[in-house]
Parts: sequence; C-alpha cells; structure tokens
Amino acid sequence: MNIVVCVKQVPDTWAERTLRPDDSRLDRASVDGVINELDEYAIEEGLRLAEAHGGEVTILSMGPDKASESIRKALSMGADKAVHLIDDGLAGSDALATSLAIAQVLGRTGFDLVILGSESTDARMGVLAAMLAERLGVPQLSQASKVEVDGTAIRINRQAEYGYDTVEAVLPAVVSVVEKINEPRYPSFKGIMAAKKKPVETLSLADAGIDPGQVGLGSAATEVVSFAKRPPRQAGTVVKDEGDGGVKAAEFLAAQKFI
Amino acid sequence: MAEILVLAEHSGEKVKKVTCELLTLARGFGEPAAVWLGPGAEAGRERLAEFGAVKVYVADGDDLDDYVVAPKAEVLAALVAAHSPAAVLVAATPEGKEIAGRLAVKTGSGVITDAVGLAAGEDGTGLLAEQSIFGGAIVVQSRVRTGTPIVAVRPNSAAAEPAPGPAELEQVAVEVSDAAKAAHITERVVQERGERPELTEAAIVVSGGRGVGGAENFALIEKLADSVGAAVGASRAATDAGWYPHQFQVGQTGKTVSPQLYLAVGISGAIQHRAGMQTSKTIMVINKDPEAPIFELADFGVVGDLFTVVPQLTEEIEKRAGS
Repeated sequence: MNIVVCVKQVPDTWAERTLRPDDSRLDRASVDGVINELDEYAIEEGLRLAEAHGGEVTILSMGPDKASESIRKALSMGADKAVHLIDDGLAGSDALATSLAIAQVLGRTGFDLVILGSESTDARMGVLAAMLAERLGVPQLSQASKVEVDGTAIRINRQAEYGYDTVEAVLPAVVSVVEKINEPRYPSFKGIMAAKKKPVETLSLADAGIDPGQVGLGSAATEVVSFAKRPPRQAGTVVKDEGDGGVKAAEFLAAQKFI
Repeated sequence: MAEILVLAEHSGEKVKKVTCELLTLARGFGEPAAVWLGPGAEAGRERLAEFGAVKVYVADGDDLDDYVVAPKAEVLAALVAAHSPAAVLVAATPEGKEIAGRLAVKTGSGVITDAVGLAAGEDGTGLLAEQSIFGGAIVVQSRVRTGTPIVAVRPNSAAAEPAPGPAELEQVAVEVSDAAKAAHITERVVQERGERPELTEAAIVVSGGRGVGGAENFALIEKLADSVGAAVGASRAATDAGWYPHQFQVGQTGKTVSPQLYLAVGISGAIQHRAGMQTSKTIMVINKDPEAPIFELADFGVVGDLFTVVPQLTEEIEKRAGS
C-alpha cells in the first residue's frame, strides 16, 4: 500500500504567536516549529497500516526550509521517505492554493491512501482533507477515530457530535484523523539515526508542475484586512470560598441573568 | 438586494439555533435564503420564516445524508451557479467547514472559517469576517477577494433576533453525481448523553478538568450543567485520562466553543484549553489553585474545593429555580 501522510510544521502552541505587521502573515521565523500535533496521529496511523498490510509511508510537507526539521522527525518515527515541496512562490498561500499544490504533488507521487490530521494548530481551518478529496476525486473519510483496511476496502468511524458514523469506501482515499485514534510513538534512537539516511526529495513549483500564478500571497482568494491584539479581558472578581463560594457564584449568575 | 445563502443546520425537522443566528447575520447584508437539505423542510419552514428567510431552497432525498459531505457541497455549488448569491454562510462545525472547503474548490472561491462576527466592508459590497486566532490572542478582520465569499461562522457569534420573512419553499432538483457517493455512511451510532444541548451550540457550557479527579466525579459536572440547561465539556487532561468521552473535549485539538457563559471547573487553563473557549462571553472559574492561569480569564472566580463549591452552586441554582 502506498501511504502518503501530509505533515505541516506549525509554530509551537506554547510560544507567543504573532502576525507580521507588513504582510499580516504568521511570523514563523521568531518561534520554534514543531510537527502539527494531529499530524503525529496521522503518521502513527500510516505506520500502523503499513505494518499491518505492507507498503510504504511517504511524508509530504509543504513549507520553507525549516519544515525539514518536522520531516526528519516524521522519518525518525518510521516513515520510509519524504517529499518536501519548497518554493518562495508558495509563501502566503491560502487553503485553496495549498490544496491545489498538495493535490498536484499527490498526483505525481500516486497514492492508495492519503492521511492527514483533521486540522492544524495554527490556522485551525479543518478544510484540507475535504479540499484534497474534492480535487483528487476520491472518497473523503475525514474526522476518523478508527480506520480499518481490508484489501481495497476501507472503513472508518467518523466522529460526530452525537457519536460517530461508520463510513465505507474503496481505495484510493483521503483520511483525516482525530486524536482519539491512537497514541503516537516516540522516535527511537535507532529511528533517529536511520532517518538521517532516508531519502527526502525536494520539489520546486516548476518540478511539481504547479502554476506559480495560482499559489502564494498574490493569488490568495482571502486576505487579512487588519489585525490587532485582543484587548486583555477586564479583570474579574475572584472570591475565596469561605463556605459560601457556591452561593456567591449563584449570586453572580443571577446578577448576570443566567439563572 | 442580493441573496445570502444560509445552509440550515437541522436535526430532523428541528432547526438548530445557529441557523437562526446566521439568518439574523445575513439580514444585515442581503436577503437571507435558507438551504434545506434532506427531509423536514415543510415543518422547519416556520422557524426559518420567523428569523427572516425570504426563500428556502429545498433539496430532498436520501442521497444527501447517506454520503460524507460531498453531495451537500454539490447542491450548494448548483445553487451558487444558479443564483449568484453575495455570500454563502455555514455553521463552523467540523462538517460545516468541510462543506465550505469543498464548495470553495468547486466554485473557485475564498473560504473563511471560524468567523465570530461579520460586518459590511467599507465599499459597501464586501463582507468583513472577524476571527479570533492563536488561542484568542489576536483578532483578525479578513475578507474574500475571489469568487463567492464562503464563511463558516461559529455558533453563538450573534444573538438570534426574530424578523418575519416569507420563507417561500422552492424545490431544487438534485442529481447527486456518482463521484459524490464515494464515501458511504453505513451506520450512525448515537451515544446518548441525556437531553443536553450540543456542545458547540450551547448557550452555556460547564467543563471539568484534571481537578475533577475521576470519571465518577463527572456526575457533579453533569448535575451542575443540567441545573442551568448547559452542555458538558472536558479539558484534554480529563479526556486523555478517560474520565469523559473524547468528543466533548474543549481545546485546540478538540471542540471550540463560544457560549454566553463558560464555567471552567477544576481546569488550570493551559493555552491548549484556552484556544477552545477564550471567545466565550462570560467566564466563570472554580479552582482550588489561586495561581491557575484560567483565573486571568475569569469574570467571576471562586478559589475553593470544587467538591464543596459545585454541589452548593447546583443546590442554590435549583433553589432559585424552584422559588
């Protein structure tokens, strides 16, 4: 099975993340980059499926130079090889352009299964799996909390507010995963050493056959008009429980007309 | 005035609150036209009329609900092509955002997700969407500059205000393509959690965290939630520990909620959690650690043991309700 896992490098959630004043883009230079957390679950699921059914796991990442750190980590978890789509012309791409570029590369690498995290911790849009399925014309198996493959048949549990749906399709398909699905492994020392020798193919826009006019900030279909730091919340009232904490809380709720 | 398509969220015949909110928002920019997918439109119509729907486009048929997302995006794309609306609004639920994503690709349009407010642009035509990003630290105004603006709006972003509209039903003939039938939903598994409102829609959310200390103690959280008609949420510490089901996790890798009132019980308030609840209008905190960062967000906080404060609060609420 040819499994491609899409990995995004994102700024560490624990760092202070800001937008750049000149172009309203995420300031990626000033913060540490990490693998998007949900993508680690996608990598783990890809590795488990390859271990169970045979096949190869390829990491696909689009991003600047720094993204190679996240690619190496993904390889050290056990993926076989990687493709890094890197080009200055991609900077500032919105979701529409990102899905176009990634779909183009997937068309080139081929795949039985594309797996990604259901959303990134920076943009948090949660649209990429749906967009890729639409562009590639393959089944969308998103929000998966369980994945089972049997030959070319695939079945997932799709997480929903009320519980879950069981969804069936035939490969090739796009799967996005939620964190309930598994527990990602830590890279072993052996894995880290092995990752250094694993092949990483870098592709430019031209290499991937992507029209530079359709990606990047200039062609983005959405734009940030303005942004500002959220004003700090007004300091509230904090009381110490002296045996009447619950009553005081109820009084606050009553004053605010919640009860 | 140009039409604004509002994808109606409904459970059978019952229109969800977020749809009334979206219709209210849409009235500020154009003529709201609801899109009703699946059965139940005749019965749901009245509610849509109450909140100002001028039209209700109805696409019925089992095809729509039996496959993941794609058929719904197809119907919307057909309506966009036929009626050239000024914008399409959907609820920013996981599925709503996926529909928005597919529709964006189909129509070559820009998509904005998780808007918490909408305003008219300066030129009077465009829509400005307000988003709250990076765990609520930054407020952004964005707009779509290509195609038909597609905006996924978070529940509770606006108060639903009635304003009667004709809500004329108009049947839409749909032929769902084979390509859209690739991901077949074979079973829906409903895990009952009582009669509580949906987490992302609820006006009040009561969440429990590490301080709750165990699955059995979540009964305290549920009882408090039920006393105020709230949904129950949980922090990642609580769901990771298996104390409460994962789909109720509020936070960066879980649900984002924006209720009128958020009650954080035994939750320290790591950025991971704050990212999922920081846009709540009013925040109440109960935590025994006065240094817990969640108190920075609190409009009202009680430093105390949740095992005494929560039952007392619940009892007091029930007493007031009974009097």
